[in-house]
Amino acid sequence: MPTLINNLGELTNEQFVRVDGNELPSEGNLLLSVEQWQANREQLSGRTIGVWLKSDEFAEQIAADLEKLALVAIEFPKFADGRGYSTARLLRERYQFAGPVRAIGDVLLDQLQYMHRCGFDQFELRDDQKVENAVKTLNYFSEAYQTSVERPDPLFRRRA
Amino acid sequence: MYQYDEIDQKIVDERVEQYRDQTNRYLAGEIPEAEFLPIRLQNGLYVQRHAPMLRVAVPYGMLTSERLYKLADIADDYDKGYVHFSTRQNVQYNWPELEQVPDILAELATVQMHAIQTSGNCIRNTTTDEFAGIAKGEVADPRPWCEIIRQWSTFHPEFAYLPRKFKIAVNSRTDLDRAAIAVHDIGLQLVKNDAGELGFKVFVGGGMGRTPIIGSLVNEFLPWQHLLTYLDAVLRVYNLNGRRDNKYKARIKILVKALGTEAFAEKVAEEWAHLKDGPGTLTQDEVDRVSKFFIDPAYEQLADEEPAAVTALRQEKAGFDRWVTRNTMDHRVPGYCAVTLSLKKVGVAPGDATSAQMRAAAKLAEEFSFAELRVSHYQNIILTDVKKSDLPALWEAAKANGFATPTVGTLADMICCPGGDFCALANARSIPVAEAIQAKFDDMDYLYDLGDLDLNISGCMNACGHHHVGNIGILGVDKKGREFYQVTIGGESGGVNNEPSIGKIIGPSFEAEEIPNVIEKLLNVFVAQRHEGELFIDVVRRIGVQPFKEAAYADADQ
Repeated sequence: MPTLINNLGELTNEQFVRVDGNELPSEGNLLLSVEQWQANREQLSGRTIGVWLKSDEFAEQIAADLEKLALVAIEFPKFADGRGYSTARLLRERYQFAGPVRAIGDVLLDQLQYMHRCGFDQFELRDDQKVENAVKTLNYFSEAYQTSVERPDPLFRRRA
Repeated sequence: MYQYDEIDQKIVDERVEQYRDQTNRYLAGEIPEAEFLPIRLQNGLYVQRHAPMLRVAVPYGMLTSERLYKLADIADDYDKGYVHFSTRQNVQYNWPELEQVPDILAELATVQMHAIQTSGNCIRNTTTDEFAGIAKGEVADPRPWCEIIRQWSTFHPEFAYLPRKFKIAVNSRTDLDRAAIAVHDIGLQLVKNDAGELGFKVFVGGGMGRTPIIGSLVNEFLPWQHLLTYLDAVLRVYNLNGRRDNKYKARIKILVKALGTEAFAEKVAEEWAHLKDGPGTLTQDEVDRVSKFFIDPAYEQLADEEPAAVTALRQEKAGFDRWVTRNTMDHRVPGYCAVTLSLKKVGVAPGDATSAQMRAAAKLAEEFSFAELRVSHYQNIILTDVKKSDLPALWEAAKANGFATPTVGTLADMICCPGGDFCALANARSIPVAEAIQAKFDDMDYLYDLGDLDLNISGCMNACGHHHVGNIGILGVDKKGREFYQVTIGGESGGVNNEPSIGKIIGPSFEAEEIPNVIEKLLNVFVAQRHEGELFIDVVRRIGVQPFKEAAYADADQ
């Protein structure tokens, strides 16, 4: 079981089960691909469903459905594939998604703070990552110049 | 010169401690090599042919004497007592120890310097005209805008893992472009609209490397308030849509080409519509805050005429006259000029400076130029605010320190990457070729007669030596394990009439020994064909590549 933490670096346990194929379990929280979601969304009404986006899938593909989703996960196939940072910001800033946004895949300690600033608040760490270091790596920086999900006002609007 | 406040300082200090922790975790085996790679790159650290190389940012080329003394101390304490000034206004150390880099970064932070994002697939150091702020005819001072972009790009959380590196340059003069914005991922040209309001002409997708291309105009007039939200939009379109399957097709220029300029600009406009007028919109307060760091130093009121003593010495000493002619530049303030301290002494790798030279330059800046200096993409050091009456004394001091090579702007003032002597990426050495050319063309009268001529040398496709935009460009290539050199002509970065162009290859590549003779043949065509007042680039543009090609390969055909 991969380690799941929140944006404070604390362990959390909001399990969503990823499913292969078209046979969906009749209960439990599910984490579905965009295709699975689109093929089954009517019959899933009332269930707790999350959708995961591959790195080449855009936030707008699920924008109309966000109200029905309990979670959006964004996959990092490689930690150096940075598309997910933009996708998370779009989910938060353009489509106003307020539920959890989870980073999955090649999720490493040294990218956590940027992910958090882009709107991720759950991180499924790769198995070899030392979870006890997460508080530190999430907080390497106490200030930032840019506008971000974490702090919409850029530094220039906050300087005394 | 911009001065950090407590927050700027804290951000850089926290970066040092972050990297120290990451280095420790890497050395303890907690971060694998492949995952440490982007971390160290974004802290300026490459692993080179012989040792790591640390690239320190000199944001938009500005240095103080204090900072240059610190760079010299670091060269002595952590390296072999010299540095290399790069073609992108950075300073490179060739022999640091990986374990000591956090300490070097901590030293840099004490003088408000860093190596942040000087490498890696992120937004790099923003560059501009080395004479920014003192040149005549600027639309506005580009330096506050560079600093605003520096802050925006520093640790931008969304754009640290782009498909490929990303370089931004800003130009202000409309009649020439020493920042070479046409060959940057984003080129920003300061302009004023008919109402006199300040803004930017935005070019995207220029670049050198494997696929040299001039940037496309995507926005005719971007009002200054919207600079950062528009940059966010361009970067987001690139981050989401740029190719990630092939690193040679990953630069934004490939995306712009694939979509077409119009479709790309449309995509950016759509994205920008959501960001425009948001919190990233710049405020007059912020522009004023940053601009006040770039006000004039305490210039004296002086006559603009050359002081009589200077004129007399020019008549008396040809060497002084040559130096004043080539190595000084007009200043917008009467009685002042900018002086280039040349790092192109024959026998020394172009752009290299010893710690003693760095201290000497720092001292000269204190003595003659308000303790400020610039580094140029021509790999020289510039004192920007020298009183003309000080020129004789400065000349003597420059000579004594090996800075007085009077070749600025000529063929001998070559741009040259470190090449295969140092760089692991290089296909061929570049420094020995540069030296052979300097040795062959050491007749000053001949060099002056040729006039302004950019000769740029790169040791590989990555084009750090800007060979594509050299009037004469030389590119090292590897053929079956042997070094060969391809020659291009007609490239121009924009310094002449602001008409940038990419050089054309004249034919099959040459062996290193042939290069000085090939250049001589090219120059002979130029000298024979030129009209009064024409530069090399003008002649290539007028008569085309063919006559040069015929001359260069004449012997081979016999």
